[in-house]
Amino acid sequence: MWDFCTNALERAKLRGASYGDVRVMHLRQRDLTTKNGQVGTLAQSESIGIGVRVLANGAWGFASTDRLTRDGVAACAAQAVSIAKASALAKRSNVVMAPEKAYVDSWQSPFRKDPFEISLDTQLALLLAADGEMRKVKGVTLTETNMQFRKIDSWFASSIGSRIHQRKVISGCGIGATSFQGGEIQKRSYPNSFGGQHALEGYELVESLDLMKHAPVIADEAAALHAATHCPEKFGTLILAGNQLGLQIHESIGHPIELDRVLGQEANFAGTSFLTLDQLNKLKYASNLVNVVADARLDHGCGLGTFAYDDEGVPAQCTDIIKDGKFHGYLSNRETAHLIGLERSSGTMRTESWNRLPIIRMTNVSLLPGTWDYNDLIADTSDGILMETNRSWSIDDRRYQFQFSTEIGWEIKSGKRVRMLKNPSYSGITTEFWNSCDAICKFDHWTLWGTPNCGKGQPMQTMGTGHGAAPARFRNVKIGTAFSKQ
Amino acid sequence: MSASPKRRSIGKTERPELLSPRELRGIVETVLRLARSTDTAETEVHVDEVADALTRFANNGIHQNVFEHVLTVSVRLAAGGRTARATTNRLDEDSLRTTIEASLSLAHSQPRDPRLPPMPGKQSYRAVNRFVKPTAALTPEDRARAVRLVCDLAEKKGQAAAGIFSSGMSQTAVGNSRGLFATYCETHSQFSITMQEDPAASWAKADSADVRNIYPQKLAERASEKAHLAVKTTELAPGRYTVILEPAAVLDLVGFMFYDFAATAVQDKRSCLNDRMGKPLFGKNIRIVDDVFHPLQKGAPFDGEGIPRQKVLLVDRGVPKSLVYSRASAKAARRKPTGHGFALPNEYGEAPMNLVFSGGDSPVEEMVASTDRGLLVTRLWYIREVDPYEKVMTGMTRDGLFLVENGRVTGAVKNFRFNQSLIEMLKNVELMSPSARTTGEESFEMVVPAMKVRDFHFSEVTKF
Repeated sequence: MWDFCTNALERAKLRGASYGDVRVMHLRQRDLTTKNGQVGTLAQSESIGIGVRVLANGAWGFASTDRLTRDGVAACAAQAVSIAKASALAKRSNVVMAPEKAYVDSWQSPFRKDPFEISLDTQLALLLAADGEMRKVKGVTLTETNMQFRKIDSWFASSIGSRIHQRKVISGCGIGATSFQGGEIQKRSYPNSFGGQHALEGYELVESLDLMKHAPVIADEAAALHAATHCPEKFGTLILAGNQLGLQIHESIGHPIELDRVLGQEANFAGTSFLTLDQLNKLKYASNLVNVVADARLDHGCGLGTFAYDDEGVPAQCTDIIKDGKFHGYLSNRETAHLIGLERSSGTMRTESWNRLPIIRMTNVSLLPGTWDYNDLIADTSDGILMETNRSWSIDDRRYQFQFSTEIGWEIKSGKRVRMLKNPSYSGITTEFWNSCDAICKFDHWTLWGTPNCGKGQPMQTMGTGHGAAPARFRNVKIGTAFSKQ
Repeated sequence: MSASPKRRSIGKTERPELLSPRELRGIVETVLRLARSTDTAETEVHVDEVADALTRFANNGIHQNVFEHVLTVSVRLAAGGRTARATTNRLDEDSLRTTIEASLSLAHSQPRDPRLPPMPGKQSYRAVNRFVKPTAALTPEDRARAVRLVCDLAEKKGQAAAGIFSSGMSQTAVGNSRGLFATYCETHSQFSITMQEDPAASWAKADSADVRNIYPQKLAERASEKAHLAVKTTELAPGRYTVILEPAAVLDLVGFMFYDFAATAVQDKRSCLNDRMGKPLFGKNIRIVDDVFHPLQKGAPFDGEGIPRQKVLLVDRGVPKSLVYSRASAKAARRKPTGHGFALPNEYGEAPMNLVFSGGDSPVEEMVASTDRGLLVTRLWYIREVDPYEKVMTGMTRDGLFLVENGRVTGAVKNFRFNQSLIEMLKNVELMSPSARTTGEESFEMVVPAMKVRDFHFSEVTKF
């Protein structure tokens, strides 16, 4: 693979590139699903190719091909340079990047059990058994289960001398039960909605989830939700479970801190950000309890945003995003870091595949644990609502105003969880919401959740991101708006 | 013999070529030949090729500019009620053999499904031609010059332009061991522009198989005028308003209904049409068909199994009349397949992908003139489903929300969040424009009108 990389870089230089980086990537994926006791999707895929990114005449060009021959790679590199020169016809200024060292390294994500070495019989048997447990529950009308495994090898080389090989193994698994009754559809998912939990782990992730224990629980809840009390509409105390808080972090912290959005580069599609440059180190983003980092290092955990180097050859880092409630840092790449006067990229350039340009992406954007025991938090809440597992999510294109609904809610009265609530939702303004946080649970309750489906870029790229979260409490939150009939 | 066709080299200017029909068929036949050496009863092959380019600009300059050329071969083997799919982009015979073996291995590991239909035999297809040479021939220099034009316009107006200009071509072939073979190719182009005039922005976008139907300067001028108009905003209280939804806003909302018309979704009881088929549901002015042959539509005239797509009347005079069916869901419902199935195996079944709403005869200007007090909506953003049965959707207005008073636009207002049932919305449509091919950012392209809708529910307001 290194020969292809060298070939591409040499050809790009010959054609006039002042900088180049290339990624040969080999992606392997296995998808398994069941529905109502039958196998749904059963598919395996592989894709291999090269992407070449160059600077020529001060502007960017990118080309990709799956024709991995000497001629194919050379043509691809030449194409990238031609495109860069065309870009220069409408460039605003010459691209300059923050400095970075060259690295020669090889890294593999840790895993105990290679999911591609576990027999399909074993994997399907587990999914079908969990599916069967859910179907035993009266009132359940649709059962679904899924597993997804990925193995990604990437060979990165750049004209400053970097040569980095990385291998990542990613696993994901989840189950869901749906109940249609009386003109109402209710659903419960485990351990999270939209495909469950995903992490930079092997098959041990699946084994840790204990699907058989949780399948009947969520099936019972899906059926029981029809008879539950409707979530009230009010301002009140809200406790978010970790799997919902992870998405709250993603949408209302992770996206607005992307420096490409802040600088207007995503204005046409993903949107911009309220975190304009004048807010850095000034904005009171959240209450003093709140500390958020963007941490791609393995020390932070095996999240979907964990790696050794980003796809621009910058080592994984931990960046303070919110420190004691104050806005402290952005997600940047080498180009945007230079644009705002930072000494170095924060290492967040990531690409979905060999045929996509690396763009600024969340790594593991996590809320650091607090000090509360979960039981103490519930006991300390005289009147509130606990919401678990996302059902819908939406936020405006500058990331101020959001609305989330969850699959299930629980009324808290006098320090006790007293009854189930259906159709829970809450909404607010990002900074007002985070400033209302008055309790965060400790590390014992903290999970590094995986969001596997974050869409960004044109052409669209899907990326996995990590979000560590423990249950947390927020005061005076607007609750119940989504289902308001007014 | 290798299945790898000799792909044409790419010259200095980007003029990629797709495989010839003979080369495409050659790959299918190679896979079918290799699969015959296994003990598999049936084999299906998909070949998909894409050559796409996209020029992206922001802050009045190009900042990203990409090209990709991808060819994938996907193999599905079926035997004894078991089937599975394996996909590769490596075309040498060893890799294709490995892919066939992977499909076979996956299939053998699953329990038998007695409902799995045998693969279909040879079919006949109505020809469609959506390959436009000038689109295929567009170069990075062509796109850069168009972008330069709109960026210059923005600079003259004191605005910042951001957007994309994309062009490309794709083709697909489906063949199986029972003699079925189908191919389709098309070109595509899009231009999308956001004009920013601090603190406001507005947007315009066009999509066509023929790049000569795309007018970047006109789109830029339209977005520019609306952005300027949106600079000063007032804040209105949330509540129910009469809205005039421009076609992109209609598209991105009604696009969330397409899967409800899948027979599998109804059989799974996750469609909003459960227990509602044949009963009045929307206003009598709502008529929806799925029609891949409509002159403003795109897409292959066959489905994931190679079954020819039929034109299907989904809603007539507000009454849901028909669903779309794959072969499996048709068998379960004792109907005929309509040619809307996804590639097997999958758990979703099928969906209509070529929706056409019948429009009216009231242009947007007439809707504005007929409105005493209402809101003109340019586009919507981040739309998600809140209630799947009542089809309540939430989302935000974006890039230009304008107050209409006494028949004219009087100013811009701050963006709202909506929580609105689509069923209720389609009961409340007062006027419609003629339908047009429309492109948004949240749904695939369809043929829809602009709509004037009463009592649209805005629940909260944001800060801009």
